[in-house]
Amino acid sequence: MQTRIIIASTSLRDYLVLAIFSAVVLSAPLWAQAIGAGYPDLLQKFAIFGLFAIGYNLLFGLTGYLSFGHAAFLGVGSYATVWSFKLLSMNVIPAVLLSVAISAIFAVVIGFLSLRRTGIYFSILTLAFAQMSYNMAYSVLTPITNGETGLRVLRDDPRLIDTLLGIQVQGSPLADLFGLTLKGYAGFYFCAVMLILGFWVALRIFRSPYGMKLVAIKSNQTRMEYTGFNPRPYLLSVFVISGIYAGLAGSLMAIVDPLAGAERMQWTASGEVVLMTILGGVGTLLGPVIGAATIKYFENIFSAVNEQTLHQVFDFLPDWLNELMVTLTSPFVGDGWHLTLGVLFMVIIIFLPGGIIEGFRRIQALFQRKPGKAEEEA
Amino acid sequence: MEAILLQILNGLDKGGAYALIALGLSLVFGTLGVVNFAHGALFMLGAFVAVSVQELLTISMRVKDPSITFFDAYKEVPYLEVWWGDIGRAIIDYSVPISIVAAIPVMLLIGLAMERGLIRYFYKRDHADQILVTFGLAIVLQEIVKSFYGANPIPVAAPEAVATSVDVGAVFGMPGIVYPWWRLIYLLFSVVVIGLVFAFLQFTTFGMVVRAGMHDREMVSLLGINIERRFTIVFGIAAVVAGLAGTMYTPILSPDYHMGMDFLVLSFVVVVVGGMGSLPGAVAAGFLLGILQSFFSMNEIKSILPGIDQIIIYLVAVIILLVRPRGLMGKD
Repeated sequence: MQTRIIIASTSLRDYLVLAIFSAVVLSAPLWAQAIGAGYPDLLQKFAIFGLFAIGYNLLFGLTGYLSFGHAAFLGVGSYATVWSFKLLSMNVIPAVLLSVAISAIFAVVIGFLSLRRTGIYFSILTLAFAQMSYNMAYSVLTPITNGETGLRVLRDDPRLIDTLLGIQVQGSPLADLFGLTLKGYAGFYFCAVMLILGFWVALRIFRSPYGMKLVAIKSNQTRMEYTGFNPRPYLLSVFVISGIYAGLAGSLMAIVDPLAGAERMQWTASGEVVLMTILGGVGTLLGPVIGAATIKYFENIFSAVNEQTLHQVFDFLPDWLNELMVTLTSPFVGDGWHLTLGVLFMVIIIFLPGGIIEGFRRIQALFQRKPGKAEEEA
Repeated sequence: MEAILLQILNGLDKGGAYALIALGLSLVFGTLGVVNFAHGALFMLGAFVAVSVQELLTISMRVKDPSITFFDAYKEVPYLEVWWGDIGRAIIDYSVPISIVAAIPVMLLIGLAMERGLIRYFYKRDHADQILVTFGLAIVLQEIVKSFYGANPIPVAAPEAVATSVDVGAVFGMPGIVYPWWRLIYLLFSVVVIGLVFAFLQFTTFGMVVRAGMHDREMVSLLGINIERRFTIVFGIAAVVAGLAGTMYTPILSPDYHMGMDFLVLSFVVVVVGGMGSLPGAVAAGFLLGILQSFFSMNEIKSILPGIDQIIIYLVAVIILLVRPRGLMGKD
């Protein structure tokens, strides 16, 4: 899991990377059709979790601090957005700003306390804070979070700004951007733009001296202190940045579906983002997005498969073998998707700690020994 | 006064479970240096040993129900009852104690397989990798259990003789503290198991070697002792302890597939509060946090500080980690 950093002012290459990335993301509705993911709900998930993972990777990938509590920021972001929908306006701009502000405040507090410790202690502290938020959302804070039912946007909420401007909600309230309802593909494009912005910021951080300091924290904190840098401000700032990414992702979740529930804050959700980051490639720029998209894509496919589909898949086999294969594979699909996820997780950590990106590099290296074939593969 | 004593008792049996899990976690960390996020899954597996034993003992056949005479009615009667009558019924009744006998070898095997099959490849990798791979393993284990036993909690009954409650206070001249027998047994059981583990480490040659290995692994192996094999067995013991904690806990809490995760998070907090790698610390912190938790769930306190019962453990953990970074009894 090494991190490659090239210090340079934004080079032409970076603009190229950004351009290609934007093109791929924005054209997703076209190419996703080919792999059976061409509907907005799923594409939104790609973008939202991609953003979440990019932010998480800034902390874990660069500094090596393994946080197990990032889902707390996701939940906080969701709640803030729904409250903005309820109190201010159905417009997403105040909602996003509010989410960013509140998740940043949360991140400052949690980061300030957790970052006093390193290693496993840091992981446990973040986990403790996240579980604390989760438990409180279910109990004391029920007036704010609406407990198990989840927080919903209602038709007769006050919505001060909307009332002042005389905007009426017709039908069920939906998030909008100055009159454009963010539903379906409009919602996806909003998320996609956020993802591209988030990617660009991450790219700049990776290439900056600031990013270099973060990697220095990962490789040897003591040595960094000896060279005269205090790691604390760097750690806290990157923790807050990554918390904001999570808050933003949570906000987007609430924008495409105006509802916030506490289960988003559970520690399994924190585990999921770790998994996405690792699967894609820790400390790489593109890895987290690839990881997030891969997981959400396969989650979608695997959850939909049932025994009948399996019977069809193994149709070409003799009957007894068909039965056997179906019995063997059925625990892994449908509700058993988490089993597949767990197995995948272990396999990646054991054999390919660098994730999919490292896999690409290995394949590339394989072909580069024979010059001439490298271009085809790249 | 009675209320407070009752809460302390309540806390002690929960604390017993925390202490048992935390003891194993700490033992594994102290010997192998591995942070095992799958330890909660071992607790869960132990509980499901009890479930399996109960199911095995109550395999039933259909017999005609003689009490209904108007028409042919059938009822399920366990084979054991058909064969041995009252003795069979008694065996079924005591399924939880019987599962302890089954749980020891099963959990030992699972523990050894886990260590040899996976954990040992992670000694040299950093803690983040260890956490992640065992986290993955925990997911896999719990999903396997889910695919066999379903997602709903499965009730397991305590033996009828101890299914009732007892007035504990009467013993101390303060009648009125009524408490379930089984929880008292659980408390006693956890104390005994903890005592056994400590005695094993303190008074046997094997334990001495293990303690020496915890202190200075390299030195011990230079003396020509195969410390790695000892540590593998320690992992097995930790698995057994966690498994037994789960087996015995089933009458208190009907096991479901994610109970391990719920307990794991708390147990990790317990270990960290007690001091990573410190065995007495883990036990003390386990009971302490158990008592604190139930103490803060008293209505009197909840009315002053609403919701405090939900977060008190984490709050204590945060404070202790910030004030005493190595935990209550951790070595600095």
